[in-house]
Amino acid sequence: MSDVNGNGKFLVGIFDDDDVVLSAVKEVKGAGVRIQEVYSPFPIHGLDVALGHPRSRLGIAAFLFGLSGTLTALALTYYTEGFDWPMIVGGKDSYSPVIYVPIIFELTVLFCALGMVGTFLISNGMGPTVKPLMYDLRTTDNKFAMAIDLSKNSIGEGDIEQILRKSGAAEVNIKQF
Amino acid sequence: MASAHAIPSLDEEFEFTADSKRRLMIGIGAGVALVAIGAYLLASGVGSHETHVAVHDAGAGAHEGGGHHAYKWTNRLWANVWLNAVYFAGASVIGMFFISYNYLAQAGWSSAFKRIPEALPAFLPFTGIAILAVFFIAGHDLFHWLNPALFDPSSAEFDPIINGKKGFLNMPFYLTRIVLYFALWYMMWRVIRNYSLQEDLEGGTEYYDKSIKLGTAFLLVFGVTSSTSAWDFVMSIDTHWFSTMFGWYTLASWHVTGLAIITLAVVSLKEKGYLKIVNDSHLHDLGKFMFAFSIFWTYVWFAQFMLIYYANLPEETIYYRERFSGYGGIYKAPFFINLFLNFVCPFLILMTRDAKRTYIILKLAAWCIIIGHYFDFYVNIMPGTVGEHGGFGPIEFGMILIFACGFIWSVSSQLTKANLIPKNHPMLVETLHHDI
Repeated sequence: MSDVNGNGKFLVGIFDDDDVVLSAVKEVKGAGVRIQEVYSPFPIHGLDVALGHPRSRLGIAAFLFGLSGTLTALALTYYTEGFDWPMIVGGKDSYSPVIYVPIIFELTVLFCALGMVGTFLISNGMGPTVKPLMYDLRTTDNKFAMAIDLSKNSIGEGDIEQILRKSGAAEVNIKQF
Repeated sequence: MASAHAIPSLDEEFEFTADSKRRLMIGIGAGVALVAIGAYLLASGVGSHETHVAVHDAGAGAHEGGGHHAYKWTNRLWANVWLNAVYFAGASVIGMFFISYNYLAQAGWSSAFKRIPEALPAFLPFTGIAILAVFFIAGHDLFHWLNPALFDPSSAEFDPIINGKKGFLNMPFYLTRIVLYFALWYMMWRVIRNYSLQEDLEGGTEYYDKSIKLGTAFLLVFGVTSSTSAWDFVMSIDTHWFSTMFGWYTLASWHVTGLAIITLAVVSLKEKGYLKIVNDSHLHDLGKFMFAFSIFWTYVWFAQFMLIYYANLPEETIYYRERFSGYGGIYKAPFFINLFLNFVCPFLILMTRDAKRTYIILKLAAWCIIIGHYFDFYVNIMPGTVGEHGGFGPIEFGMILIFACGFIWSVSSQLTKANLIPKNHPMLVETLHHDI
């Protein structure tokens, strides 16, 4: 995901078909070219495997955000009902964790959800004031784009363009950020 | 994705080997022997809780104590048949439930192993017969409301609360309902099964369209009958008590049991070399199903528990008091085993992605759920039927063996009746390339 903050010169191969872009990823990688990212209007099954991206760590982030919610809820309910202003309701102990399970559950979900929205915005370089970097606007419609960072590849620009065209790219454009 | 284009053969004949039959026969034989030993021990008074009666909780003892018939050792035998029949009736009908909602959702991924849920309801007639038999033989000992004096205002045993439930809990209506459940469930399954077998021979989408309609009709039927059967089979045992969550709660319990049985069957068949078209993604989805519906069951369990705990009404809390501290505390262990096996185990075992794709872990979680939900029904049925005379002895283990071996036999013989893969299912291409 480093491309979103990156600057430099990119070769962008534009493809018309999801099957073609999937096989092209294998061919281009097979030719020794390092692919930055592939952009698609919809999820393509098997693309993440073909690109060889490492397993996402979002699960760990979600767990930690959730855990912070659980702990906040425990602290909140204990401080208010068990410590600061104990009350007896329904003949229960003044602090009975059972009745706070819904609060603990809801705060876990809330913290997790808000945390993941924040993670999403940060990791994708999005936000109210950030101008998103688009390799090609048509990837939000019907085209598939394969971005290659020239500074991270030792193969020459012309050769990479040849490889892209051979693997089925309809166009190859240069994008400078 | 690598294997997605190498499609294995679609012709797979399941073989119900003589060896498996022999082992199942031995299982049933051992079950009968254990039940006989248990019955002998109970009849001769060994291992009964008769001597502990004084210990049991005063509050729980008073509940429904007045009008109860005298306890006989056979009550425990019949309560066990009832418990297993209810458990396996649910596990069987969930097969039909599963294929119905998959048809309604027009799901493609599940068609790869659709023959397995399709084979489960074949056991329904046996459980239906067992339930009717127990009701006729021992209904008066197990069901408090079958005592006619409760409805007679001139009787000393007259119970205005139970009398108020007379419109629902009366012998003719109850029997009609029981027969109706099994007749409807079984007949609708037979029709959808025949569609599926015809589709194998003829192909086309005609049977698929018909199955969607029938599946939808079944869901309407099951939407009502799953709740009412839960009241009839389980909740009416504790006649005074009621919970509006109970139908959902029992459905959740049956459903996750059925899913665990389907998963266990798929994994076991794969280990034997069958179901080659089922890939890791199918298993991952089955794992997610078990994970999600274990949590759903817990949610319903907790919702019922917390409302009763919070409201603190004596007529409602008695239900948990009986199980938690009543009858000398003998139901406290099953009460917590239930929560542990049905929530803690699947929740922790199935959380990661890799776990849902590993055979041994899926099997472990499935076994936790299958055993756990036996305890769920045990905790719901036993305190109201045998009270302080309950326990775990040869009779319990024997009865489980008889029913489980019978169930496996019934499912295995159903599996031999058709190609293991629905060759002409319109969604087969989608399931062959299932990838998540």
